[in-house]
Amino acid sequence: MFILLSVRFFFIFKKILSHFSFHCLKIFKRLKEIYMVTVLLSKIEVGSHFYINFSETLHLHGETIIVSALVVAGLSIFLALATSNLQRIPNPLQSLVEIIYELVKSIALTQMGPSYYSQFLPFIATIFLFVLGSNLSGALIPWKLIEIPSGEFAAPTNDINTTACLAILTSISYFFAGLKIKGIGYFKRYIKPAVFFLPLNIVEDFTKPLSLNFRLFGNVVADELTVTVICSLVPLIIPLPIMMLGLFASSLQALIFATLAAAYIGEVIE
Amino acid sequence: MVDSLIASASVIAAAVAVGFAGLGPGIGQGNAAGQAVEGIARQPEAEGKIRGTLLLSLAFMESLTIYGLVVALSVLFANPFVS
Repeated sequence: MFILLSVRFFFIFKKILSHFSFHCLKIFKRLKEIYMVTVLLSKIEVGSHFYINFSETLHLHGETIIVSALVVAGLSIFLALATSNLQRIPNPLQSLVEIIYELVKSIALTQMGPSYYSQFLPFIATIFLFVLGSNLSGALIPWKLIEIPSGEFAAPTNDINTTACLAILTSISYFFAGLKIKGIGYFKRYIKPAVFFLPLNIVEDFTKPLSLNFRLFGNVVADELTVTVICSLVPLIIPLPIMMLGLFASSLQALIFATLAAAYIGEVIE
Repeated sequence: MVDSLIASASVIAAAVAVGFAGLGPGIGQGNAAGQAVEGIARQPEAEGKIRGTLLLSLAFMESLTIYGLVVALSVLFANPFVS
């Protein structure tokens, strides 16, 4: 009798377990679908890429990597040339670099205050120069003349992965700044101005890099799309002012990215 | 059938996203520019400072429209609901 009962219980238990595991599997599948959806969303792109395949799962966006490496190399050579022979009466190259330095320094100084800005000035300057260089490289260099198997060369910032990388670097750096300068008291920021602001403050940590990412990506892509559409409608003369506007907007975006990165760091260490 | 339904819904969604995303920032940018012009008219020597601040805030408002554009682009070109 007892054995029968136990067997019966065992079967019921097994049924419940299988039912439960079935539901778990369903939930897991659903989660996987959602995950797949987010993976798909991170591939927002117009047109196709020139893929460099490393293995089954690892693909690199060739044109983005090549152009950003070129931008980095160009910036390095430019800065090395401009600062190799410093003089009291600057030559044109040196005065250009001095103007850029003054601009970046004023951004960092106004956002972070005089006592901390010098620690984070290199980061802000790097971001500013890279974004400016890559935006301008997309607009100024005639990449269309170079043929590659698929896709085409363009500004590296019109790939969402580049801008996401920059945004994540920004968010890591403000965490680092807060922990370095305030120590463990940094986490007090989350319960200011009151305790029930905690979820909002945590969500803000995720929305900051997201908004940085989308702002830069969207602006660059919007510029290029506008120019493409207007070129396909009227290929002569009319696109020129739009291109000028695009140049202006993309250099403004570099300024804004640097300003926001400095503002986030400044907000944390204040 | 389902795919064409999703496609047409996506096109409408993209149009609505860009349209409404352009509406609010348009009003905001108009307000900001109007106030800036007023400020310059009242105090012409502060023009440089006002222009810098105005451009920066205009770009911030512009980014709201850009969010709408990003949503529209992802709906049109990277639609997660079309298998």
